[in-house]
Amino acid sequence: MKDAPPQSPLTSSAAGTAGRTRTTLREHIIEVISDSGEGAQRCGQSLGAIAARMGNGIWTVEIIPAEIRPPARSVAGASGNRIRIGAQRVTNGGDETDLVVAFNEQVLLGRVRAGELKPGCIILIESLWREHADPTIAQSYIETHDRLVEAGYRVIEIPMEKACKAIVSDARRGKNMFALGMLCNLYSLDLQLAREQMALTFGKKEASVIEQNVKLLEAGHAWAEAHFDFQFSIPAERTREPQIVVNGNTALALGVLASGMEICAMYPITPATSASHYLSDVFEKVGGVVHQAEDEISACAFAIGASYAGKCTVTITSGPGYSLKQEAIGLAVMGEIPLVVVNVQRGGPSTGQPTKVEQGDLMAAIFGSHGDAPKVVMAPATIEECFYAMITARKIAETFNMVVVVLTDASLATSQQPFPRPQFSESWTAPPIDQSAVPDGLKPYDWDAATGLARRFIPGQPGGMHTLTGLAHDRASHVAYDPEINQETIHFRSLKLAALQRTLKTPPLFGDAEGELLVIGWGSTKGAIEEAVAGLRAEGHRLASLHLSFLQPMASGLKEIMQRFRRVITVEGNWCDDPDDALIDGSNRRYSALATLLRARTLVDVDCWGEVKGQPIKPRVIREVLAARLNR
Amino acid sequence: MTTMATECLLQLCEERHEIEDYQSGVPRWCTGCGDNAILAAVQRLCRDEGLRPEKTVFVSGIGCSSRFPHYMRTYGFHGIHGRALPVAEGIRLARPDLKVFVNTGDGDCCSIGAAHWIHAIRYNMNMTVFLHDNQIYGLTKMQASPTSPRGTRSNTTPRGSYLEALQPLSVTLGVQNVSFVAQAVDWIPEMLFDIVKAAYHHRGFSFVRIVQRCPEWLPKVWDPWLHDPSRIQVLTHENGIRASEGLARVYRNQLAHDPADLNRAREIAADIDNIPVGILYRNPEVPCYEDLRGSTQLRTTAYVKAGLEAEFDKFTIWPQ
Repeated sequence: MKDAPPQSPLTSSAAGTAGRTRTTLREHIIEVISDSGEGAQRCGQSLGAIAARMGNGIWTVEIIPAEIRPPARSVAGASGNRIRIGAQRVTNGGDETDLVVAFNEQVLLGRVRAGELKPGCIILIESLWREHADPTIAQSYIETHDRLVEAGYRVIEIPMEKACKAIVSDARRGKNMFALGMLCNLYSLDLQLAREQMALTFGKKEASVIEQNVKLLEAGHAWAEAHFDFQFSIPAERTREPQIVVNGNTALALGVLASGMEICAMYPITPATSASHYLSDVFEKVGGVVHQAEDEISACAFAIGASYAGKCTVTITSGPGYSLKQEAIGLAVMGEIPLVVVNVQRGGPSTGQPTKVEQGDLMAAIFGSHGDAPKVVMAPATIEECFYAMITARKIAETFNMVVVVLTDASLATSQQPFPRPQFSESWTAPPIDQSAVPDGLKPYDWDAATGLARRFIPGQPGGMHTLTGLAHDRASHVAYDPEINQETIHFRSLKLAALQRTLKTPPLFGDAEGELLVIGWGSTKGAIEEAVAGLRAEGHRLASLHLSFLQPMASGLKEIMQRFRRVITVEGNWCDDPDDALIDGSNRRYSALATLLRARTLVDVDCWGEVKGQPIKPRVIREVLAARLNR
Repeated sequence: MTTMATECLLQLCEERHEIEDYQSGVPRWCTGCGDNAILAAVQRLCRDEGLRPEKTVFVSGIGCSSRFPHYMRTYGFHGIHGRALPVAEGIRLARPDLKVFVNTGDGDCCSIGAAHWIHAIRYNMNMTVFLHDNQIYGLTKMQASPTSPRGTRSNTTPRGSYLEALQPLSVTLGVQNVSFVAQAVDWIPEMLFDIVKAAYHHRGFSFVRIVQRCPEWLPKVWDPWLHDPSRIQVLTHENGIRASEGLARVYRNQLAHDPADLNRAREIAADIDNIPVGILYRNPEVPCYEDLRGSTQLRTTAYVKAGLEAEFDKFTIWPQ
């Protein structure tokens, strides 16, 4: 769908000093793309940070090629960043791009073919290829340029490398900051703030490096001032409270620090690893350890051992690793060992799409592991929630002696959105390990009849000696094959979910209290769903959305809300059959994961729509889907 | 100073334990199973060393031998097949104050958990590991294991197993960071105890392969060695073990071997005609992973807060 109306500027006037058109925008989406290693990601991230410091709402998304060093100038090799800057708070990556800076025409082609550019999008492209010594490269550039112009894009050629050569010997490594300077000028961002950002970005490097990058930045700024006949500004209110700007994986790792957990056992896997990278860097500063185990199973078993010994532990992984951990997770369920498992979902099944976005693991999270293995499943929806979810997960794990699975995804992992700097609370951290003597007569599994909860015995406690076992066991942790005991113990382990469920609040509705359509989602799609719902409400439709942060157990009151709407639909980043497919009917349609769960739980005829294109779902796409459903 | 005084006090108040204090339930192993001998040696070790039951953890995987923790009145962790070592490592890193033992079988350690075995040697965490090697899967009723001698008839190899047996001592001695390797046989309890004791006193990953009889599924496999004591090669050294006078009369095949000599240890391990009994290798200098990684900092709330606020500072946009 390329015919969506571009964001209309609020005002447009030719009031610039040198006759530049100055346009005030509500928001813009900007991409900076290059071959990997040319620094487009750093440029984009810095741009986002500067805009955020100006007080703009931002949402940045990394554009990551699947390979570490894809060949230079390749369509699949686009690496960079996509930044949505708004006058107000931005809750998602938005739709198509308004302006793109490309370091060569091939990486740009990748984005054009993916349909990521808005019709008429402004393209600022490095022009050095036009006169390249290799005639095939020059020809490719010229042909692409001409075709893009023909297609209606506003292509502006810029001799970035040439301009940088005056400042640095290896211009290929410096032009990202030149581009940043241009963008700061184009979007009327404060140059001084940008200079300060250089100091933060290159803080670990020597002063001469910072100085050189500031020079590049200023050169880009000056070049734009002298050559562009247009300029944008996106009004912003300077923030009144301190904000944190990190991606979801860093937020999650910060949450681990804050939660009082001391050990993270992991095995490298995309896209979860960056959380462990950051933790490896900082965890020891607060007395923690990241243990890189020899495999995923070992990471989980190690975490279980540490948790059993009294320190609730986290293991961080992604889909394939999550599959490998299943047997060990079942052991933690059986032994009632608190454990936090993070699954940063990626495309599946099998190796799937390691760097891409998907919400395909909900069923595996809830039902994974053989036998009846009840565990808690949570899904943060924002970067901020990635932080707080870890604190909540640790607490639930230790209060209920349960496995808590936290599902995020590649979109949250790599997106940045500012959130208020958390105020430290002592209640976040874990209590010291209980080493008091166990009172006489108490058994290691003295399940409470009403809640299924039992006091946890921790090694070191005198009088608490017992052998924890993955075999069926009685209250004394003795192996038991007695039919009544098995019936009773499965009952108690299940009951804990109900006890937790009683403490959950019904999630708030976004939109109308009743109406034509209720949209339900979970995880990273929240911002896009709410933007779509807001857009349709502005057109006069009566609808609302509901976002679940607990998938297992689910809060009460959902059915009552559903009944106030004529139709209910889930929007998810996982597969569901299209009901209009010739082969599909009510008897064989496969529903999306949450829709399946909600249908079973509420007996409401919940419809679903999902997309598995590996990209965050665009608000425009959701809006079109919902509009079609509303008109049915 | 305070800490030292408290330690002295604890030392004074320490109760003396009897063997019975470490016993729990009646073992359900078959009559004549080597696991019984290992249990007796370990319970004796606990008593002699005065181990506090609440500070001691036995970790196991799955298999006949992995029932071991259930028969100890200490803390125990009877987990899943092959994963005893990573569980024990997690316990050890989280709680350096606990004594950690691992009981694992030839299927558990050398087959399904082989990856963990290799890496556990490399981590060299302070724990005592007993490989109960009876060369057969017992609990699942007689299937060939990686250590079954070639030609072993089992339910999955009715015409005899096809491959040469894996040699646990050679494997262990081949891994970087190996720090303690010993071998015992279940039918010489005196030496079994001495070896278990030496393993316990080594700080690091102490690996003891215990050649063990399975009267149910492979009753005759060790007969050539049982009936011919000269095929038991006792490794003696002032830094190793010594056979008592009585034993020395029966087991005359004695070899002076310095446990510091890794190359010689590898040669001895490669000899499969004899069963070497004693300490093959010991190196107290190999660093323990928990010493490299563990934090010595007392993790107070103020300490965590300071670290966290410093991280927040890195990512904070302050109001202009």
